[in-house]
Amino acid sequence: MKILVTVKRVIDYNVKVRVKADQSDVDLANVKMAMNPFCEIAVEAAVRLKEAGIATEIVAVSVGPSACQEQIRTALALGADRGIQIDTAEPPESLVVAKLLAAVVAAEQPELVILGKQSIDADNNQTGQMLAALLDWPQATFASALALQEGRLEVTREIDGGLQTLSLALPAIVTTDLRLNEPRYASLPNIMKAKKKPLEVRTPAELGVALKAHTRLLKVEAPAERQGGIKVGSVSELVEKLKSEAKVI
Amino acid sequence: MREAMEFDVVIVGAGPAGLSAACRLMQLAAEQNRPLEVCVVEKGSEVGAHILSGAVFESRALDELFPDWKALGAPLHTPVTTDEVYLLRNAEQAVKLPDALLPKSLHNAGNHIVSLGNLVRWLGEQAEALGVQVFPGFAAAEVLYDENGRVRGVATGDMGVAADGSHKDGFMPGMELHARYTLFAEGCRGHLGKQLAERFELARNADPQHYGLGIKELWDIDPARHRPGLVIHGAGWPLERDTGGGFFLYHAENHQVVAGLIVDLNYANPWLSPFDEFQRLKHHPVLKQYLEGGKRVSYGARAIAKGGFNALPEMAFPGGLLLGCDAGTLNVAKIKGSHTAMKSGLLAAETVFAALTEELADSAWAPRWKAAFEASWLHEELYRSRNFGPALHRLGPLAGGAFNFVEQNVFAGRLPITLHDREADHARLRPAAEFSPIAYRKPDGVLSFDKPASVFLSNTNHEENQPCHLVLKDRALPLRENLPRYAEPAQRYCPAGVYEVLGTEQGEPRLQINAQNCLHCKTCDIKDPSQNIVWVTPEGGGGPNYPNM
Amino acid sequence: MAILVIAEHDNRTLKGATLNTLGAAALLGGEVHLLVAGRSCGAVAAQAAAIPGVSKVLVADAAVYEHQLAENLARLVAGFGKAYSHLLAPAGSAGKNLMPRVAALLDVAQLSDIVGVVSPNTFRRPIYAGNAIATVQSLDPVVVATVRASAFDPLPAEGGSAAVESLDATHDAGTSRFVGEELAKSDRPELGSARIVVSGGRGLGSGENFALLETLADKLGAAVGASRAAVDAGFVANDMQVGQTGKIVAPELYIAVGISGAIQHLAGMKDSKVIVAINKDPEAPIFQVADYGLVADLFEAVPELEKAL
Repeated sequence: MKILVTVKRVIDYNVKVRVKADQSDVDLANVKMAMNPFCEIAVEAAVRLKEAGIATEIVAVSVGPSACQEQIRTALALGADRGIQIDTAEPPESLVVAKLLAAVVAAEQPELVILGKQSIDADNNQTGQMLAALLDWPQATFASALALQEGRLEVTREIDGGLQTLSLALPAIVTTDLRLNEPRYASLPNIMKAKKKPLEVRTPAELGVALKAHTRLLKVEAPAERQGGIKVGSVSELVEKLKSEAKVI
Repeated sequence: MREAMEFDVVIVGAGPAGLSAACRLMQLAAEQNRPLEVCVVEKGSEVGAHILSGAVFESRALDELFPDWKALGAPLHTPVTTDEVYLLRNAEQAVKLPDALLPKSLHNAGNHIVSLGNLVRWLGEQAEALGVQVFPGFAAAEVLYDENGRVRGVATGDMGVAADGSHKDGFMPGMELHARYTLFAEGCRGHLGKQLAERFELARNADPQHYGLGIKELWDIDPARHRPGLVIHGAGWPLERDTGGGFFLYHAENHQVVAGLIVDLNYANPWLSPFDEFQRLKHHPVLKQYLEGGKRVSYGARAIAKGGFNALPEMAFPGGLLLGCDAGTLNVAKIKGSHTAMKSGLLAAETVFAALTEELADSAWAPRWKAAFEASWLHEELYRSRNFGPALHRLGPLAGGAFNFVEQNVFAGRLPITLHDREADHARLRPAAEFSPIAYRKPDGVLSFDKPASVFLSNTNHEENQPCHLVLKDRALPLRENLPRYAEPAQRYCPAGVYEVLGTEQGEPRLQINAQNCLHCKTCDIKDPSQNIVWVTPEGGGGPNYPNM
Repeated sequence: MAILVIAEHDNRTLKGATLNTLGAAALLGGEVHLLVAGRSCGAVAAQAAAIPGVSKVLVADAAVYEHQLAENLARLVAGFGKAYSHLLAPAGSAGKNLMPRVAALLDVAQLSDIVGVVSPNTFRRPIYAGNAIATVQSLDPVVVATVRASAFDPLPAEGGSAAVESLDATHDAGTSRFVGEELAKSDRPELGSARIVVSGGRGLGSGENFALLETLADKLGAAVGASRAAVDAGFVANDMQVGQTGKIVAPELYIAVGISGAIQHLAGMKDSKVIVAINKDPEAPIFQVADYGLVADLFEAVPELEKAL
């Protein structure tokens, strides 16, 4: 089985973001970038399927400027076999990413696409679902367990209040949640080997996808700082306020 | 069993010294058409993540390494336009020293205000383009020796070890990196450099190394107050007479300024808190006039090795070299260590490359290194400024400053006198009972801040479940000796709030080590009066993630 | 043009988040329809019809919709969605699973987790885990969005009488199948999704003393969290940590007990609707963000609070 896995270059999760003074966006100048943590989980899931003898080839895809080749190389160091960078100036919005990925899927014909459930920058949680719609494939979002059973994929999903298990016909789309696995570290020899693995660059034009804007980012602000409230004199006053004023108990 | 990889040269630390050495090696290899395998390991999550410096940068070594650095896009964007030096008399007043009274070493015309982090990020790109294998996120945890005791490389730390020592799910054993030469460029008080100095007695003919703790913040300021290229240095308040140190405030690009304070770690008063000294310093009008109305965006701290020439150990040992601040090549008269660190890397690359091509034995190579070093401008520069630090330490800021003025300006450092300072910094700490506690005022949250809010801005983090990388040789000593005698000074000298003594109210004190907060500044390893704290490398990738520092 | 809200339900009960989503819809102006898709979900349809402000309830009652499988539901919604100006759903796991799929079928963008309505086509939404708020304008003819329930006031559940209309279109993609479900039965909710969180800090003094908080939490139906300082001190396990490297929580009520309020912790809970702080140090930074602060010894105040509830 061939697996396509997507990786996104995002601000490192340890770095505190700062909004630019002109409110045009957050300031990413010279900050540490890394692979989106949910994408790491997606790569790990794919690698484990390959180690289990289920997957035969893993193709890692990223959409964005050439800097995202670094994250593709990381995926290759973790066990992906080859990479595809779809070259765009900035990472486009999700629907366009989904269309670009759909074009790659049409060319590569994988049986499974694994994506992170969301990226920790835009927090959209939508590309996998959109890709599934465009391909008319079944989807299992927020996966916390994966198993292949009699030619179908059984996926446990994290839903509000518990877990749900679905059985999907292949080909299918899976998006990963935190508990699916704990990603491995890339080893030094594998990082070196990854530099020699094939990495192909494609353009949206080659894939026949127009970079149409569906939304416009008007402003990015820091969240409002919380103002302090009042001090209460006693426990009974506190209970009274919570009941009658805040109405939370 | 660890796997091993073979290289010609392994370099520990992707800072100015290590990357300069790496780049020069590859340049020489290309010139002479000789294949060369060079690898650099860096404990930070990326190149530049752990780099912290002022910085006013002198480009002399960079000019030698990349004469076309401008065309290559080196991030030197802000030439120094003005030098100002102040002596702060108290919390309100200051004297601005007339230009004519400054030691020449403090004139910065021709230098640039840079982010050293961004400069090494650029150097890292050049190194990779030249074919160096750069591995950020891997900490060199152990020196490897061959059967003759020659250094044969390093081993990276194991990844995925739990706090109790057991192996977690993603456990990956460390990797042995074997090399014909291993260059250690870990920065000040490198933990492997310290072991090498002990093992090979590299410091046997040197004065003890002296250190300062530098604390730095990056601010976005009101554009109306921004004067790009302005460099301010100063000394005096809030540090007491017997405490050495000085502050800086540089106007960089993009309406940003960097401000910082260096406190000499030979201070005596255990109640002193360098962090709090810096916080109150920012309220002085000389700094406040620029910071007011601005927003702090980053925070960090790092020890610097400032012993200079007299404290410089032998840099060569069988199989390798100590470079840059790992040896102590900072020029304290100029308060600059980047160009000297880079030069040490260039010299190392040239002699090591010669040794590799000529297949020299260590006995032939070490004198070659020594001769090259002694013939270099690096040696000359360090020699000329050899008295600067000791004069300040021994004569105090006033008389020492006068000595330095005369020595640097009139005699250009050529006076046939050498001052020494032979007491290690940690040994200078006096019992708490000899001083009264210092009452630092509460931070106002505008100009001054508390430690947790500051550490937050360093983006530091360490995988939670791993063995503590701050090792106590004697676990009971902090409470048994440091607490009663020095009121456990780690609580105050640590700029990241790593050390806390809890439970004193209940009469059951215990030492809490918040290793996750660690900024890798090494102050605890230096200043603990009993030398009981050993800083070792945590899991690779941990530590601060400084942007633009 | 009307607005369509997709109801969140379990075939028996309409989930509260639907009322908040309707609250967001009400800010857009226009007639509001509510879609109830499920199986044997008549009770939900009846509850939906009772909501004032809903003019029409559309009911798609069929076996293929029983488990809200996105493949089938997305086809249903996309089938008539173009007739609406807005398609909204609560930003729970069901809405997040469904709405992007609907949007892609309609060839429009999807806005996730909106927390504010600026104009009918412009919305505010958190990015970077809430550390920044983006204002985004939709350029599409239909706005498809998920709504963060806690950011909008709910419509009342009773008082209306909407028309109920059955939809007979059934879509079965036939590619996915429901296997089973395992819903958490624990009385104490999960930290990440609890409505109320009681959190303890170093002031608790020991792990044993967390029992005090557990008693209070059980009374309130709350989850128990901890500050990093309490975790570092070894009082409780890592998975209870709120804040930097721990969980981000935004419950309706957050009770911080013996927590000084280091910034790492504040970053993890500052989006809570109401914050209560109990600390004996009146200077503790936590009081700067608390709506209600009580300067008191927690070992007296917490048992007293538990009794008073």
